[in-house]
Amino acid sequence: MTQIIDRRLNGRNKSAVNRQRFLRRFRDQIKKSVSDAIYQRSITDIDKGEKVNIPTRDTSEPIFNHGPGGRREIVQPGNTDFIAGDKVPRPPNQGDGKGDGKASNSGEGDDDFVFQLSREEFLEFFFEDLALPDLVKTQLATISEYKSVRAGYTTSGVPTNINIIRSMKGAMARRIALRTPYTRRVKELELERDTLLLLHDSDHPKIIEIDEEIKRLKAKAHAIPFIDTFDLRYNNRIKEPTPTTRAVMFCIMDVSGSMNEERKDIAKRFFILLYLFLTRTYKNIDVVFIRHHTTAKEVDEEEFFYSRETGGTVVSSALELMHEIILQRYPTSDWNIYTAQASDGDNWEGDSPACRELLTQQIMPCLQYFAYVEITAYEHQSLWREYEKVKGAFPNFAMQDIAGLTSIYPVFRELFNKQTA
Amino acid sequence: MKASGSTTNTLKRKPISDSSEWTTDLINQYDHEIARVAAEFGLDTYPNQIEIISSEQMMDAYSSVGMPLGYHHWSFGKQFLNVERRYKRGHMGLAYEIVINSNPCIAYLMEENTMTMQALVLAHASYGHNSFFKGNYLFRTWTNADAIIDYLVFAKNYIAECEKRYGISDVENILDSCHALMNYGVDRYKRPAQLSNEEESLRQKEREEYLQSQINDLWRTIPVVEKQESDTEEVRFPSEPQENLLYFIEKNAPLMEPWQREIVRIIRKVAQYFYPQRQTQVMNEGWATFWHYTILNKLYEEGLVTDGFMIEFLQSHTNVVAQPPYNSPNYSGINPYTLGFAMMSDIRRICENPTDEDKAWFPEIAGKDWLQTLDFAMRNFKDESFIAQFLSPKLIRDLKLFSVLDDDTQNTLEITAIHDESGYRKIRRALVEHYNLSTREPNIQIYNVNLRGDRSLILRHIQHDRKPLDDSTDEVLRHLARLWGFTVRVESVDSDGNIELTHECKVKR
Repeated sequence: MTQIIDRRLNGRNKSAVNRQRFLRRFRDQIKKSVSDAIYQRSITDIDKGEKVNIPTRDTSEPIFNHGPGGRREIVQPGNTDFIAGDKVPRPPNQGDGKGDGKASNSGEGDDDFVFQLSREEFLEFFFEDLALPDLVKTQLATISEYKSVRAGYTTSGVPTNINIIRSMKGAMARRIALRTPYTRRVKELELERDTLLLLHDSDHPKIIEIDEEIKRLKAKAHAIPFIDTFDLRYNNRIKEPTPTTRAVMFCIMDVSGSMNEERKDIAKRFFILLYLFLTRTYKNIDVVFIRHHTTAKEVDEEEFFYSRETGGTVVSSALELMHEIILQRYPTSDWNIYTAQASDGDNWEGDSPACRELLTQQIMPCLQYFAYVEITAYEHQSLWREYEKVKGAFPNFAMQDIAGLTSIYPVFRELFNKQTA
Repeated sequence: MKASGSTTNTLKRKPISDSSEWTTDLINQYDHEIARVAAEFGLDTYPNQIEIISSEQMMDAYSSVGMPLGYHHWSFGKQFLNVERRYKRGHMGLAYEIVINSNPCIAYLMEENTMTMQALVLAHASYGHNSFFKGNYLFRTWTNADAIIDYLVFAKNYIAECEKRYGISDVENILDSCHALMNYGVDRYKRPAQLSNEEESLRQKEREEYLQSQINDLWRTIPVVEKQESDTEEVRFPSEPQENLLYFIEKNAPLMEPWQREIVRIIRKVAQYFYPQRQTQVMNEGWATFWHYTILNKLYEEGLVTDGFMIEFLQSHTNVVAQPPYNSPNYSGINPYTLGFAMMSDIRRICENPTDEDKAWFPEIAGKDWLQTLDFAMRNFKDESFIAQFLSPKLIRDLKLFSVLDDDTQNTLEITAIHDESGYRKIRRALVEHYNLSTREPNIQIYNVNLRGDRSLILRHIQHDRKPLDDSTDEVLRHLARLWGFTVRVESVDSDGNIELTHECKVKR
């Protein structure tokens, strides 16, 4: 007696909970992997999974076992040329094998335990460091802008949307359709009149009657309106959600001598976070890296993060360069522009007011958002004070001083508020 | 091979199918025929429940070590990740089936299998393993196929409830510790009580309270009077060494919460359920393989399956029973399928066509009815006794078995016996040892509790052939100490009776 059950439609992820338990248990190791990955990856490359290695030792489950040593007799198959009493030298690495044939049945040996973290899990660990509120994590879903697209025709609408060709086609069809019975009858009558004319004079009462009738029918056919409200067709447009066109993200970083590796790492995470937010909203994102000390330069990501220079700091040089690039390559009509700036707050004293000028007069009006983080352990300097004035004037300007990773998020809070509103 | 001999016979019947695609209907038809043949051979089975699953579901089933519903634990997650990674990279194929010792007997079939493979799996799992579960004395004694699903449901729910109430971490700690001692959570001789969900739930509360009161008694009954302390031998607790560590912990650990005891009990029960499987791997697989081979050949003789079917089946069968030699890179010990299948087939051969050698070695079965002999062997043995009883010289020769002595006092390995007249018995004895769980695992028992002092728990490791414990012992002791709550020590007893303290895990209070 057999019963066959098709379980294929049942849930597939019976082990999902156990997987979560595993991740939970090896949090620390996994977090380290994620940190390393963030360090190594490109900003635009952050949005995917990661391979994680955990030393086998850590994941092993201990049980009582015999160790090497003692006396053991093992039966093996496939003898070729041994005879009883043969002495064989010990194979070099097998001396401490387990002897029960189970030592390594995978062929992978004692390497690390390797597994793949999914994109979601990876981001989860990434966000964790940054102390994002849960709500925000879920809000990383896109907010869309709407675009109106054509969707056929309707019978009602505003006069500007009248589709003339379509309306006229309809009218003609209607005219033809309504006229047909009359014209057909007229033709019949004319035929009848012609045959009568062969026999009678044109003033024969019958013929006069037919003439009357034809006249009446023609008038009727003529009375059919050329166009009727009934014929009108309007272009129909509906709103469709679409990711807003394109965005460009400017990363500006101070690379003067005081920006050490640790600060750069914080800055990198800050840039990554902004990038991630943008990927939720925009399909195409350009990233422009600008580094500066006394002069600014557009560079690639590699150089941006991993080369170092020394010297003074003139922030306005970077802002000027950015403004130039915006004018040349990213017209505000086509691009949403976001800027993230990281610095240790040092700036040449006389330059800071110039920065404010530049921002308030020229740059801020073009931008969607400007986020500034100052990574410093010391007093704020003139740049911070000038930026505070900018912040007062523009709601889409955010700034924050950062002691550790957790203080990155507040910079983005307003950005989120704006998105959810 | 019978398959090749009968191709010219007139086919009595039309083949059931000739395409590799399976349908539920076809599975039903195959099952019907296989059941008929199995019954003709006298296989006694539980009713079958066949579940068609996808490969992902198979990976799920894998990682819960064959329990159709398991409690949650990270180690299963680890297992899953491992299987998933290796499967995706093509390092391993998934098993074609998993079968559960339950009533009805549940077998999982993967949807990717061809019709031939489904038929093979049906014969192998639903009739081979199934009849073994129902017939073998170990399974009959130690497991209760009717109640296991119920019990696992109870266990899963109970542990989930504990997680809610006491936190995932605390429960995980207990489970980790229990898993470390799982192999020492079985009664090797005593018959366990029957399990069932309702009973368990009903009795669980009572047991909780009762146990707690008993624990306190343990300490209350310490002799208060100190008279004659010097001249009476100290009373040990337990009075006899206890081999079931988890049982001892469950009943006697002084500081455990009732829910923790219940979890220890659950793991103990699960361990006990799997214990027969660990002792009958060769027999169980051998039996199932022998029967899928025999049954499908019978179907072929009757003309119910096509030549193509047989070629695919034989190719797969040959892979399963392949035994690489010891010096092959693919060698990973003796393949239980090979040994089991070869021994089962050999018994049939001895019954049907005994040689003089067989008559001398196996007078009690040579020339007897093979079906009865196999049935008897299946019912009344486990791996070690099965090999001791039935491993024939011919088979030792066929597999070219030889035994190697690895003695750490010698500089070289010694070949102690090969497949010749003087070696048969030695090889057989050595192979029996290999399948003897009680020598394969270190012999560790609870010897004493220091009732008057620091309440430390003393384990005795009885050395076998001077084999020491390995490095993970300290780790296991930490787990044991977590359960016991006080210091835990291991003393090793060597063959001369010398006792030495080898491991210790101190707990400060």
